Amino acid sequence: MVENFRNQDRYESVGRNVDRKEGMSKVTGQAKYVDDLNFEGMIYGRTIRSEIPRGKIKAIHLEFDTEGFTIVDYRDIPGKNLIALIQDDQPCLVESEINHADEPILLLAHPEKEKLLEAKVRIETISEIPVLDPLQSGKIFKEILISKGDIEAGFGLADRIVEGEYRTGHQEHVYIEPNGMIAVPTPDGAITVYGSLQCPYYVHGALMVLLGVPETKVRVVQTETGGGFGGKEDYPSIIACHAALLALKSGRPTKIVYDRVEDMQATTRRHPAIVRHRTGVAADGTLLSMDVEVIMDGGAYCTLSPVVLSRGVIHATGPYRCDNVRIRGRVVHTNTPPNGAFRGFGAPQTLFASEVHLDRIAHTLGLDPIEIREKNAFRPGDVTATGQVLPEDTSALQVLREALKKSDYYNIRKKIGTQAKRGVGVALYWHGSGFTGAGEVKLASKATLELLPSGAKVRVASTEIGQGTRTMLAQIVAQTLGWSYDSIEVSPADTAVVPDSGPTVASRTCMIVGRLLQRCAEEMRFRIGNLTPKQYLEKHGPLEITKVYEKPPAIQWDDEHYRGDAYGTYGWGCNVVDLEWDAVTYEVKVKKVIAVFDIGKAIHPIFAAGQIEGGTAQAIGYALHEEVVMRNGRVANPQLTNYIIPTTMDTPPIEAVIVENSYRFGPFGAKGVGEMPMDGPAAAIVNALFAAGVDVREIPATPERIMEAVCYSR
Amino acid sequence: MKTALGNLDFADATTLSEALTLLASEPDRVPLAGCTDVYVGLNFGHIEKKRFVNIWSLSELRGISENADFLRIGALTTYTEMIESPIIAKFLPMMRDCARLIGGCQVQNRGTVGGNIANGSPAGDTLPILAVAEAMIIAQSLSGTRKIPFLSFYAGYRKTVLLPGELIVAIEIPKPPGAQWFRKVGTRAANAISKVVIAGLRGETVRLAFGSVGPTVIRARRTEAVLSSGGTIAQARDALAHDIHPIDDLRSTSRYRMQVAENLLSAFWDSTTPNQS
Ligand SMILES: Cc1cc2nc3c(=O)[nH]c(=O)nc-3n(C[C@H](O)[C@H](O)[C@H](O)COP(=O)(O)OP(=O)(O)OC[C@H]3O[C@@H](n4cnc5c(N)ncnc54)[C@H](O)[C@@H]3O)c2cc1C
Repeated sequence: MVENFRNQDRYESVGRNVDRKEGMSKVTGQAKYVDDLNFEGMIYGRTIRSEIPRGKIKAIHLEFDTEGFTIVDYRDIPGKNLIALIQDDQPCLVESEINHADEPILLLAHPEKEKLLEAKVRIETISEIPVLDPLQSGKIFKEILISKGDIEAGFGLADRIVEGEYRTGHQEHVYIEPNGMIAVPTPDGAITVYGSLQCPYYVHGALMVLLGVPETKVRVVQTETGGGFGGKEDYPSIIACHAALLALKSGRPTKIVYDRVEDMQATTRRHPAIVRHRTGVAADGTLLSMDVEVIMDGGAYCTLSPVVLSRGVIHATGPYRCDNVRIRGRVVHTNTPPNGAFRGFGAPQTLFASEVHLDRIAHTLGLDPIEIREKNAFRPGDVTATGQVLPEDTSALQVLREALKKSDYYNIRKKIGTQAKRGVGVALYWHGSGFTGAGEVKLASKATLELLPSGAKVRVASTEIGQGTRTMLAQIVAQTLGWSYDSIEVSPADTAVVPDSGPTVASRTCMIVGRLLQRCAEEMRFRIGNLTPKQYLEKHGPLEITKVYEKPPAIQWDDEHYRGDAYGTYGWGCNVVDLEWDAVTYEVKVKKVIAVFDIGKAIHPIFAAGQIEGGTAQAIGYALHEEVVMRNGRVANPQLTNYIIPTTMDTPPIEAVIVENSYRFGPFGAKGVGEMPMDGPAAAIVNALFAAGVDVREIPATPERIMEAVCYSR
Repeated sequence: MKTALGNLDFADATTLSEALTLLASEPDRVPLAGCTDVYVGLNFGHIEKKRFVNIWSLSELRGISENADFLRIGALTTYTEMIESPIIAKFLPMMRDCARLIGGCQVQNRGTVGGNIANGSPAGDTLPILAVAEAMIIAQSLSGTRKIPFLSFYAGYRKTVLLPGELIVAIEIPKPPGAQWFRKVGTRAANAISKVVIAGLRGETVRLAFGSVGPTVIRARRTEAVLSSGGTIAQARDALAHDIHPIDDLRSTSRYRMQVAENLLSAFWDSTTPNQS
């Protein structure tokens, strides 16, 4: 054992593809997901929902024998009827006013699942006219203005002004494990919930408000989680609240696990967006003035919309310098199920628009798409729309050039020539790592490292959702301590034992929480000196080190005027897509995707490449296939039969290339990777289609839309 | 809402006569073959019926054979069996092409041709093939066996002319005269429901059928007449607009379906035109 702590430099963990901490338990089926857990006396819950998008409840008819059922409505809520998040506008259960279809009204529970399925409830309602078009909405959740220079002056200097409108649709997360929670009441009136989730302390906070209890009365434990992509950021709070109400009323553990249909109908989706660009350019392609308008559809309640919009607008110029910029964004209310967090968090929408628009500008000027990017791409020291001076690790040009090289871009273009129906497209982009603006300061995240006789234990609220959190954090700690990777344990994300490390979102876990743990480990190494953990514990007693987020000194943010350093740093990405489309069916076949990313440091190279490949595949679905069909505010295709995600047979070879330009304040130089791969492929695909003669400006670019563009436009 | 399975009534039949006897006395029982359609229906709560009979183990309904004029395919024949059959490869290659594009491996192993026919979805991929091949459905009940021409098997959207107590036992297919052609258009490469599906036969005359463009599979008679009598492909495309009237639905649009059906018609014609080099 002593071996593990000597010869410290033999233990290289960072940058190596060590075994996944929970890998063995996952491949052997030992890992326990929420639906694998059962408690003594457990009953099952079901949610009764609205069928109309807007109206009032007139009466509720229970058309079944209620014997043996637990039935909960809003009157059973001990605290506030509220899902606590940003704005206090979303009820846990409808009292009278229905604001979207599939809104929760009533909860039923019974020991037998079958009995639950048979129970018939009829909700008598009075319908009102719903607002379904975001452009017709009169209610704004959040409005943001970013302004730099003088756009009118910029337009005055321009040789050409190019305008365009671009649209992106809803998107489903389609994590492999649907949402689910179990609430277990204790005799002293406390409650523990177990579930599939990304953010234990969001659920914790929501339960305190709903139940009106102090923090000691609520405990949240993450079960092994089958994917999240943002879909388990805010929604798990709702299911946890429902399960808790049923558990408290029945006095029994209560499980609610959605099936795919309910998950696709009721839980959140990506915000659809309309983005309008008006750009003044010089004849040589220099961007002189950018006027951007972003409209997002928030759905019926605010949820996370203000922060989604915020990231969206900050990224809306794309990674390009321009002296005169105005970005106006708003996210509005409609009577549709609330949209929420989704990998990329607003940036995929605005970056789609900026990159597709840039190719239209190049086309208008008779310039090459690469030339216009080379000319305008951010360099270190350039100033963003919010006034941030970009740091040394600004790698836009490097990732662009690397992607051109790796894809053999110019040769392929030459080979294609004017060969119709095949095209190559490029997208260049950036992605701010961590929470936007002052977000990290407000979060004030904590991480704890505890000394064990066998090594150390990581205690954080950051969740493992398939992306490798446990493994990556253990690597950072092991490397910093100079100990073996196996000597580092990772505690379950259980609010009884882990501090609030903030949510597992925003590509922040490695860069922010990893850095906190690195600081813990640095101090631990210093304190232990030459002792082994066992010797230290025997001599000095327990050792536990907790660190709180400290803002890098130079970072400043003015939230009122949207000025300053929007993010500590940025990741940089570039895609080159080679595709062809079929003149008979208008189907697109993506032949190859090159994906180059500067992520600072790949702590675990295979996991990083996995994030890139998975994100790229998800973005291909976003670009080409995935269409949420809404009818009267309700999802009409809530099954994987008709909501088309790409299968392996639709996924092209993806070449992931990692560039490592260190971020000074990241652990071993790391910045974020998780979301960025989602940002660019859609634009690269639509640009490749443009090169192949098809002008579409809306995604998904389904065969139907391509057919319309080919056969009916102009 | 999922159907509660607990109070459904399942019976197992092990021989054809056992199945027919049971169906004669309890004609409301729904036969279960591979169950790939029924299970989806139960999962979405679309099936009202509560009583079922499992016919999966009726060996009388399996197997592919041929004589001088006909192929005979048992109703319980799976897609995998058709993909592997040398008889299908030789006489009905369009059926092999079709079977390879059904769902994924799991569905190919369980799904049956009889189920595809009886289910009667306008998107059923084998149906255009059976329509151009002018298959006969062999239906049997306790009171006897009858042959139903495939082209009169559907009475409307998802409605067949099968009588209560009747099972499809096999399909008889006259060996098709001429070049065969099949193409399915779904949005992705596997596990896709057809938005347009076409089967074509080009011999002395031309036969064409389309799926997913109407309430049932459609034989494009006007189009066939144009092509069989030496008309141009442009005339045929015009005629097609009178044969099919596709609609907008969850999966696609009427305009897309029409346009693609016409394109498929041209593609069929091009690829079955003998090389004139
Ligand atoms: C994931 C997935 C992918 C699919 N992909 C495709 C596809 O690509 N193309 C396609 O066409 N279909 C597809 N299907 C639908 C389905 O698999 C096919 O229609 C299949 O052929 C049905 O056969 P089955 O034996 O499973 O039918 P079952 O589900 O057992 O039965 C279907 C219906 O037919 C009746 N029936 C079955 N056999 C008989 C009989 N011998 N006599 C009388 N009535 C009978 C049943 O009572 C029932 O009403 C897919 C289904 C799934 C779940």
